[in-house]
Amino acid sequence: MTIEIANTKVIDQYIRQDRMPHIWCPGCGIGTVLHALIRSLVKGGYDMDKVAMVSGIGCTARAAGYVKMDSFHTTHGRALPFATGLKLANPDLKVILFSGDGDLVSIGGNHFIHAARRNMDITVICVNNFNYGMTGGQMGPTTPTGARTSTSRSGNYEPSFSIPALAAASGAVYVARWTCLHLRQLENSISEALTRKGFSLVEAISPCPTVYGRLNKQPTGLDQMKYYQTASSVENGADPMKVGIELNGKITCGKFVDIERPSYLEMAGFDKETR
Amino acid sequence: MNYWRKPLDRDKVKPGDFEVHILKDRCKGCRFCIDFCPRQVLRDSDDLNTKGYRPAAADPAKQCINCGFCVIVCPEFAVSVAMRLEKEPNV
Amino acid sequence: MSNNGHLSGSFYFNGDIACAEGAISAGCRFFAGYPITPATEIAERMSERLPEIGGVYIQMEDELASMAAILGAAWGGKKSMTSTSGPGFSLMMENLGLGYMTETPCVVVNVQRAGPSTGLPTLVAQADMMQARWGAHGCYSAIALCPSSPQEMYDYTIKAFNLSEKYRVPVLLMADEAVGHMSEKVTITPPEKLKLVTRRKPTVSPDKFNPYQPDADLVPPMANAGEGYGFHVTGLTHDERGYPVMTPQAQEKLVRRLVDKIDKNRDDIIEVEEWDTDDAEVVVVSYGISARIVRYAVELARKEGIKAGMLKLITVWPFAESTIKRLAPRLKSFIVVEINAGQIVLEVERCAAGQTKTVLLPGMGGAVHHPDVILEAIRKAAK
Repeated sequence: MTIEIANTKVIDQYIRQDRMPHIWCPGCGIGTVLHALIRSLVKGGYDMDKVAMVSGIGCTARAAGYVKMDSFHTTHGRALPFATGLKLANPDLKVILFSGDGDLVSIGGNHFIHAARRNMDITVICVNNFNYGMTGGQMGPTTPTGARTSTSRSGNYEPSFSIPALAAASGAVYVARWTCLHLRQLENSISEALTRKGFSLVEAISPCPTVYGRLNKQPTGLDQMKYYQTASSVENGADPMKVGIELNGKITCGKFVDIERPSYLEMAGFDKETR
Repeated sequence: MNYWRKPLDRDKVKPGDFEVHILKDRCKGCRFCIDFCPRQVLRDSDDLNTKGYRPAAADPAKQCINCGFCVIVCPEFAVSVAMRLEKEPNV
Repeated sequence: MSNNGHLSGSFYFNGDIACAEGAISAGCRFFAGYPITPATEIAERMSERLPEIGGVYIQMEDELASMAAILGAAWGGKKSMTSTSGPGFSLMMENLGLGYMTETPCVVVNVQRAGPSTGLPTLVAQADMMQARWGAHGCYSAIALCPSSPQEMYDYTIKAFNLSEKYRVPVLLMADEAVGHMSEKVTITPPEKLKLVTRRKPTVSPDKFNPYQPDADLVPPMANAGEGYGFHVTGLTHDERGYPVMTPQAQEKLVRRLVDKIDKNRDDIIEVEEWDTDDAEVVVVSYGISARIVRYAVELARKEGIKAGMLKLITVWPFAESTIKRLAPRLKSFIVVEINAGQIVLEVERCAAGQTKTVLLPGMGGAVHHPDVILEAIRKAAK
């Protein structure tokens, strides 16, 4: 009797084995989202030599160091402008931005809205865990109102950003949200986002048990995954302005925006001439 | 498994013989694969791994159907599923 | 115009436009910028010129983004540049640090204006010289050039690109408002006479390639994204493979090299001009627009029979230590003329090491020095 490998360890070709295990905590979903991204790339048949991943700072941003492709771990919030320069210097590259929520819409918020406005040809995967994980779980712009964090011990009293709403309002052509439990859908959405011309965004809600869940009655990653299981609903085409997430409340998943408008490269005439 | 009605080709289709492999020392014991396995193939291991986590382990008595969810939900890239192939012994 | 976008002949250009043309001559094909007085004309010129020669101009949302974008473009394989003035320069410090850490060739032009903060947006200063050296946090060595005419804006922009490619480091062109806005004759170097440095490429196969394995001159060859090398670049302290390593040993090794690759090659990098220093008793040290006024004052002093000379710093960073050390023992005094409260004077004083006096003629900004002030200082120092 022999054993033949059936469907797995495909991923091992695309991650830097010499850097495993990664730094992410037990129960964190970033590895799961990264796995989904790599499956989408493999399924899409992309030449990995022509794919570049850019990230900023934070737990999620460390993903750039684990993938076997040209990858850039840049400064906090500035991944998008870095990726913009990279893409425009070499439009043949498939540029993927792998970013956390704080990196993308807090310190990088201005870059985010302008990259979406320009419809820059970049696919953004945003892992949203509702807080700043790497620095120990401080509140951020995506922290739901009422959530306890290390800088909002008695509950966050600020209103929070809904990333799909922000992306859609700023002009993204593709916006979807899934959780770390909706893995087939997440993979399909990333696959779709990768094929869109212009600025596409896929938000993946991820557990952060160590510094966020523990303060908010979901002390393990599994607790958070079970919360996604019970609290999420799929509403494709839902109005992105109405998919905000309240503390331990309903999570609306699905593809919210899938439109066409000229991308930056098209408007700048990159398709017409050789640069 | 009890079916409320039997698929017509049930006799012809033979499910593969799958087994789940876990890189024990990569596992951090988050239990995602254990709790979300539709056939309860996985369970906590009896031992700790070198990092001190209690890794998941496959129960050989349970039948894996290769849905692959454990593979894709694993944040550590630690799980894989292999198919056992019967091979004719060399005569 | 020749087909690679090169102008030919002489033009009546202001310093900003000369700078843009220098960049184009040097092969710059990516510019990211944000409007700011008195550097806007560089961006305007680039927005017009780059698209017609197959380059990319993008106006970013702020200077943080401009700096990040030119780093990205450099890794995409383009020679890239941004331009700004004081407030924008402050915003660029974060990603300038990333440029030093990741050894990314690019050119940053700072057309200095009077500060702090908004200060005098339309008037001259030279008060960002220490920021150019120490502005980003952490240890590193910087290269900064100071042009003092539109022609030098053109020439030293080309030199800035060459140094950035050769040493894989962001190079700062520290111009000032007066030079940026003055118009003079600028002669464009014909393409066949240009000496351009091209990026040093890896000589090993991708599986053997370590992106931060330096050559003998401490500079590692650079692969661009999309060439199949599959490298990782990080702003974290990293080893030869580019992987983050969080140890004092890795920090010592990497940062030591970042400092040494500039400092040990300083003889190759540093360019200064000396006038009448052979027999001089007083040497006036200056750079940028101030150097032109000093030149006039020194001539006046010579006419009075005073043995005055002048040292013009073209490369301000790394500092021309050996020149100061050579001159110091035989002088009555150094005089440092700069439009700030005293920045480069500290370096002159340090290198003179008490062997001669060092006199500062400061200026808080808004105007250049009057030659009479400098002449009076020379007379006093020569006594």
